[in-house]
Amino acid sequence: MAFLSKAYDKLKSALKKTAQVLNTDVRTLFVPGRQINEEFLGEVEERLLAADVGVANSERIVSTMRDRWRLGKIKNRDQCQEIIREEMLAGWAGTSRELTFAASGPTVILVAGVNGAGKTTSIAKLAWYFKNELKKKVMVAAGDTFRAGAVHQLTIWAERLGVDIVKHKQNADAAAVAYDACEAAKTRGVDVLIVDTAGRLPTQEHLIRELVKIRDVVAKRIEGAPHEALLVLDATTGQNAVNQAKVFGQAINVTGIILAKLDGTAKGGVIMSIRDQLNIPVKFIGLGETPEDIAKFDPAEYVMALLGEKGE
Amino acid sequence: MLETLTDKLGGVFRGLAGRGRISEENVREAMREVRTALLEADVNFKVVREFTDAVVEKAIGEHVIQSLKPGEVMIKIVYDELVKLMGPVDTRIYFVTPGPTVIMMAGLQGSGKTTTCGKLAKLLVSKGHHPLLAAADLQRPAAVEQLKTIGEQVGVPVYTDPSKVAPHGQVQKGAAVAVCRAAIAEAKKTGRDVVILDTAGRLHIDDALMGELKEVNAQLKPHQVFLVLDAMSGQDAVNSAKAFNEQLELDGLILTKFDSDTRGGALLSAKMITGKPVKFLGVGEKLDALEEFRPEGMAQRILGMGDIVGLVQSAMENFDQEETAKLQAKMEKGTFTLEDFMAQMAQVKKMGPMGKVMGMIPGMGDMMKQVNMKEGDIEKSLKRMQAMYQSMTVAERKKPDLIEHGRRRRIARGAGVEGGEVSKFIKDFEQSRDMMRAVGSMGVMGKFKMMRALAKGDLAGLGMPGGPMLKTKKSGYMEKKDRNKKKRR
Ligand SMILES: Nc1nc2c(ncn2[C@@H]2O[C@H](COP(=O)(O)OP(=O)(O)OP(=O)(O)O)[C@@H](O)[C@H]2O)c(=O)[nH]1
Ligand SMILES: [Mg+2]
Repeated sequence: MAFLSKAYDKLKSALKKTAQVLNTDVRTLFVPGRQINEEFLGEVEERLLAADVGVANSERIVSTMRDRWRLGKIKNRDQCQEIIREEMLAGWAGTSRELTFAASGPTVILVAGVNGAGKTTSIAKLAWYFKNELKKKVMVAAGDTFRAGAVHQLTIWAERLGVDIVKHKQNADAAAVAYDACEAAKTRGVDVLIVDTAGRLPTQEHLIRELVKIRDVVAKRIEGAPHEALLVLDATTGQNAVNQAKVFGQAINVTGIILAKLDGTAKGGVIMSIRDQLNIPVKFIGLGETPEDIAKFDPAEYVMALLGEKGE
Repeated sequence: MLETLTDKLGGVFRGLAGRGRISEENVREAMREVRTALLEADVNFKVVREFTDAVVEKAIGEHVIQSLKPGEVMIKIVYDELVKLMGPVDTRIYFVTPGPTVIMMAGLQGSGKTTTCGKLAKLLVSKGHHPLLAAADLQRPAAVEQLKTIGEQVGVPVYTDPSKVAPHGQVQKGAAVAVCRAAIAEAKKTGRDVVILDTAGRLHIDDALMGELKEVNAQLKPHQVFLVLDAMSGQDAVNSAKAFNEQLELDGLILTKFDSDTRGGALLSAKMITGKPVKFLGVGEKLDALEEFRPEGMAQRILGMGDIVGLVQSAMENFDQEETAKLQAKMEKGTFTLEDFMAQMAQVKKMGPMGKVMGMIPGMGDMMKQVNMKEGDIEKSLKRMQAMYQSMTVAERKKPDLIEHGRRRRIARGAGVEGGEVSKFIKDFEQSRDMMRAVGSMGVMGKFKMMRALAKGDLAGLGMPGGPMLKTKKSGYMEKKDRNKKKRR
């Protein structure tokens, strides 16, 4: 659990920085004992909107508060905090965020996302996590053969982390890289194979098809693969993230999300809509640019961080 | 989505038309719909609030009250205000003499700086400049290699100093400044007139990295600093844009990844919070996919109306200029014939990446998926049109009205198609002709109407060149081959 509390510390300090930049402290919102009024409800709504929670969810949460307040069930601002927590956490109950591992042989993790979302860095983080926290033998595959420097980038990470890498030349067929990586993973007795892919937008249908092809190749080479298809979302992304999740989800049956760049001032609240509409769980969060800057996603921690509530 | 916004506004104002009076309450109600539309487009909530307040004031004034169709007038006010806020347009790059002019790119991680550097270099080369790229992203692994490759692709030299690259991601004090300084010196020596500095992506709250950037800014005084921002950004765009602007004094904004299907409200947010002009939009991964910014299409896109203006314009731009002028004159005079229609068809092929433009239209992406077209279908339908055309007499081509039942059968037989297909072909032509005529004289409201036709899937009625080729499921075929022509790999 040290791992998690480290993550929480990270989140907390990220929020401290948030407060510095915005010159506000989110904790000033739910002042204990202060009475609820319309102005306050408006402010809560804006805070939720500012976190990219979206119009529908923000309105829903605030109207729940308003209803209870009007019925006299709640009176003080700090009671609203509970409502937010309940409302936000309810949808997460019962979803598994655990990774699926192969019963035997290599576990294959396919990583996808839009350009610049943080895929390659997240792969470095996952590799670090599997190697150092779970003591697994890790291999990465340089499946982004398109973007200039991408193969090199992953190679540098592999070297730094001391994990195996399978790569072809720039502009090679990405599916062929995946193929070779699967074979190599089997022969070398690798526990976890993580496949990088080029960034692509949901509008680029031919590239989405290419991704499907990579998935199919992996599925053919290794039983049950990919065991995880992770979508990397940039926490600074707005409502378009829902569409990203939809398109990638349909294409490769995304099993989880990595929410990257949560160390900035963006909160990535759009994951709420993704959860509601598509039921894709967030499995990891990215909190910086070094491999250790990864944490398992914990809804309660996340909501706390979103609200700026003090941890125990 | 415009459909819904227009409809909603229509609903709010229904029954009021002609009565000549609209209460403040009506306007406020309408503004709630506008607010939702803007928020869903990721415009920052504070910007939305300012915006709707301003519009309410305007709307309660004379315009709406005097209007016959308040819903449409409301949209026009909203649209005009959006356009106004996104302007004034200034897409120029300012050069200094003696050179080199130094341009610095800054932004968050993953926003697209390096690619944009390459695009800008390419653009400058096409305008007769001799840029030099400087690899000052010393943080991200292989960022230097990436810029080098891009430099090769656009035929522009890249200044690098591998010894300055951060070994394990730690910021080395003074390294970025040193690289930039050396690059400028190199440019002077080799007679390059522009230096483009590619800097590392950084969080606006990362003191060490922001310090580095400020250092470069203070010591080398770049002539222009551009913030590169992801068009898919959400509410937080204002925070980063504000911080970068405060610390670097930006000269302009470049929004990337506009070839996605984001509504792109971050653009408005960033423009409003910084007051700096949007210079360019990145619209693809190819290095020529950099466009000068136009607020008109953007306003429609943010409101969820699709970049119809842009669509029509980009279609026009890719047309044979002379041919287009001829066609346009004919349209205006109403003498657009089937012959012209076929010429237009031939032009459509040159129109370029349909996927790119179609993606800008809300709902289109889904619609296109539904169509479920096979490769080559479009080629086939073009051939069939050609065949039908060939089977017509000169008189019929000039005056398709002549084609009654008997002639239709003859043409169908000659072309080896069903009679119904001939009718549809002619109907497509007529719609195209009518709408083409309308486009020429179209004001804002006309474009809205067109948008509505579009939202209904009535693409033939779009009246843009190529319209008849873009059919929805109901009517059969859709341009697909062209969409894939620009495949990047
Ligand atoms: N601050 C911060 N930066 C991150 C995080 N994750 C990734 N980045 C940075 O974001 C930038 C882009 O990350 P990449 O991992 O290269 O993103 P990608 O999705 O692989 O990008 P493409 O391959 O170009 O599509 C790099 O500068 C990373 O260091 C994070 O959690 N926090
Ligand atoms: Mg990558």
